[in-house]
Amino acid sequence: MSLIVRNLSVDHGAIRAINNLSFIVEKRRLTAVIGANGAGKSTLLRTLSGLIPASEGKASWGEHNLLKGKAEQHVRNGVSHVSEGKSVIPELTVEENLDLGALWRRNKKEADVTKKYVLELFPRLGERLKQRGDTLSGGERQMLAIARALMSKPQLLLLDEPSLGLAPLVIEQIFQTIRDIANSSDLTVLLVEQNAMGALKIADIGVVLNLGNIVAIGPSADLIADPAIRAAYLGY
Amino acid sequence: MEKLISASLIGLSQGAIFALMALALVLVFRSTRVVNFAQAGQAMVSTYIGWEVVTRTENYWIALPAAALAGALLAAIIETFLMRPLAKRASHGAIAPVASIIASLGVLGVLHSGAAMIWTSEQKLFLSPVSVNGIEIGSTVYPFSQADILIISTVIIVMSTFAFFFQRTSLGLSLRAAAFQPEISRLAGVKVDRVRTIGWALSGAAGAIVGVLVTPGNYLSPFSLDILLVYGFVAAVIGGLESPQGAALGGLILGMSLSFTSIYVSSGLTFIVPFVVLLLILIVKPKGIFGGGSSRNA
Amino acid sequence: MEGVLEMHSTHRRRLILFIVVGAVLFYFSSRVGILRLYQGSTVSMYVIAIGSIILLTGYSGQISLGNGAFMAIGAYVAVLSQLYLDLPFVLTFFVAVIGAALAGLILGIAAARLTGPYLAGATLALAVALPSLANLFPVLGGEQGLGYDSGNAPTLFGEVARFKWLFWISSFTALITCLILQNILKSRYGRIWKSIRSNSVAAELTGIHASKSKVLAFMLSAGIAGLAGAVLTMSLGTVSPSAFPLSLSFALITGAVIAGISSLLPGSLVGAVVLVGMSQLVGTLTTRFEIGDVLAQNLKELIVSALLILAVVFTPNGPGEKIREMRDHRKHHSHGGHR
Ligand SMILES: Nc1ncnc2c1ncn2[C@@H]1O[C@H](COP(=O)(O)OP(=O)(O)OP(=O)(O)O)[C@@H](O)[C@H]1O
Ligand SMILES: [Mg+2]
Repeated sequence: MSLIVRNLSVDHGAIRAINNLSFIVEKRRLTAVIGANGAGKSTLLRTLSGLIPASEGKASWGEHNLLKGKAEQHVRNGVSHVSEGKSVIPELTVEENLDLGALWRRNKKEADVTKKYVLELFPRLGERLKQRGDTLSGGERQMLAIARALMSKPQLLLLDEPSLGLAPLVIEQIFQTIRDIANSSDLTVLLVEQNAMGALKIADIGVVLNLGNIVAIGPSADLIADPAIRAAYLGY
Repeated sequence: MEKLISASLIGLSQGAIFALMALALVLVFRSTRVVNFAQAGQAMVSTYIGWEVVTRTENYWIALPAAALAGALLAAIIETFLMRPLAKRASHGAIAPVASIIASLGVLGVLHSGAAMIWTSEQKLFLSPVSVNGIEIGSTVYPFSQADILIISTVIIVMSTFAFFFQRTSLGLSLRAAAFQPEISRLAGVKVDRVRTIGWALSGAAGAIVGVLVTPGNYLSPFSLDILLVYGFVAAVIGGLESPQGAALGGLILGMSLSFTSIYVSSGLTFIVPFVVLLLILIVKPKGIFGGGSSRNA
Repeated sequence: MEGVLEMHSTHRRRLILFIVVGAVLFYFSSRVGILRLYQGSTVSMYVIAIGSIILLTGYSGQISLGNGAFMAIGAYVAVLSQLYLDLPFVLTFFVAVIGAALAGLILGIAAARLTGPYLAGATLALAVALPSLANLFPVLGGEQGLGYDSGNAPTLFGEVARFKWLFWISSFTALITCLILQNILKSRYGRIWKSIRSNSVAAELTGIHASKSKVLAFMLSAGIAGLAGAVLTMSLGTVSPSAFPLSLSFALITGAVIAGISSLLPGSLVGAVVLVGMSQLVGTLTTRFEIGDVLAQNLKELIVSALLILAVVFTPNGPGEKIREMRDHRKHHSHGGHR
């Protein structure tokens, strides 16, 4: 199983946000997509998870065509998306937010196993199960968002800027957790980030996006070492 | 003392009706952002179905669920074939913010005239399962009947069932989640379109129950439930339009205000009270008592 | 400088157009029967009333289910000012506008912070509350209502039949209202309302006091509705609460939506003609096909409601936009490609 994107283009009305994009993400790899504001990173993820339609091209996960069907179907095919900006439902409790991710799963016993695993991964959430989502701190909310996505037992996890608006220490923690999840499970991760350095450090592969086009792709260590990339995206 | 008891009891019974009607409106509003003016028409048509059943079977207890089922079905049809496509088609331009309200007015008109064509505008008598005469205690007759007791207890049962369903079941959780954050719910695997239709169906059933509860003792005509739309809507707005508890509270506030003014002041104020109460509450809290408090955009 | 000149010339063109239309109406008023004259008066009344909705909903983006109530206020003010102050009918119209506008101002201020459904709720409650006031205050004449005398045409015109005279007044009032409304909508305020409607936060940032101009729109809309109420009373010769049912407010919204909620002209005229023409059409159908009473009585509401639904689904912003869209679509395709 791998994520294959071929000649993908996405338009927002007259604006082309993704332009003729092609890349492959191998199974169990952690791939970081970096780029400036408006590069098209969120648009890419939203297209892959079925939230918005593509204009042209192909995208598939294993035998599943990602450009067909609704978002709720994609989850059932093993694709989970944590959208930009702490995607939790503030009016629901922590536990309800978690359960939401597994409502569609028929096998409740397996779902309980997943819940146990997720709560071991994020013990802070376990202590706050009955609290409303909007009482959590920013970092906890981001954890909850990721935890909710894991509750669907994904094979492909799409993460949109998990570091957004968090303190440096918390960012490091979240990144470490993402790396751990990728290491310990059978999970392929596509991580979109503004925090380019942090993301490339934990990633296996890096993709640099600019105005909807790929400007560089390769092992993340190589990208970090590339002087041009360093200057343009890593800030030194 | 007698006056006070009467006013409270009537207020309670009326308040229960308003609360259930308000709940019906709230269920639709929170799941699809539609203020459904057709609610009164849907309830009316469902009540006619109930009337057909009750005149054939002479059994109220078959008519009640039959009407609720008809109400649910009708609402689901309206949501699927009108409101859902409308949301996509009328999403821009001057019409966008008012399109659904306007469409629901159209549905109300179709239901009114359709019902009048089928059942004529003649008033129909709806058999009551219990006495609609005032209860006598000692020498005083209170303007409160067994039918009122039936109303209050049914509304309490229906509302607790709803509360249990929303708070304790998986489907209830999907309904709440889809109402608050449809996109995140989709990403979590909730079939949002289907859940919305279910929300409408529940609302249609609630409205139908309102109709079948209030009509015995009164008469049924194509327009007989319209005023309940106004009261129910006012109650829903008082409660904040999004919260079932708000609907219950709003209904109670309105029911009490109405019964107390009509018993202590004048019964000619029936139509003015809702406006005054509503305006007073909205001036203090422009989004109702329970509305706008949560950090939706957090 | 050039802009000012241009303004003046469109202004003048509009004025000339209205004078021509007025002359045409005047000419035809002598060549049609009583029924057409009466329908003409009703159409004029609806044009004014629908205009009030178009200003409020189509421009400032607020919804009112209570414009029927403002019509009632205008109507009663007109009647009372004639009864007690002995004002000539032209002045009663002015007073009606002012009275309804004041009521609109008060409600507008109270409701300034209300949006969408909350405003709809407040105005709906008003529409239900107001007619019942007539029964509370004996001075308003209760259920029977009060009479209104529109007088006779000035002798200058010679002997003028009553319905012709009524038609003259109402169509002339409608023409003037449209002229004034058109100027208001094309003025700075029209643009401000539109910008608030599409984005109130941005409009607030650019220094427009959003809630103040919303209240202004509400007040103007109420005043115009009040005028429509006065015209209605004049052509009925009486005012009573039953003339302003909730369904009147709904009918106005239907009329405003059918030809595009932000099209004053020809929108309000088309809407008014549809509302009046539908009664005629249904009447004709009923006698032609011998439709039973029960069907006949409800056919009009059924058709109008169905039309409203179809309009809002298939041409949500009016047929004008649909045509423009189709034209753009064709252009887009012939040029091909994206961007
Ligand atoms: N719903 C939309 N409507 C119109 N344009 C949009 C929409 N969403 C995104 N765009 C445009 O598409 C382009 C790419 O946006 P996108 O959100 O994908 O960027 P991004 O890389 O995620 O940026 P950021 O790092 O700031 O989140 C931008 O030019 C943006 O303005
Ligand atoms: Mg983004």
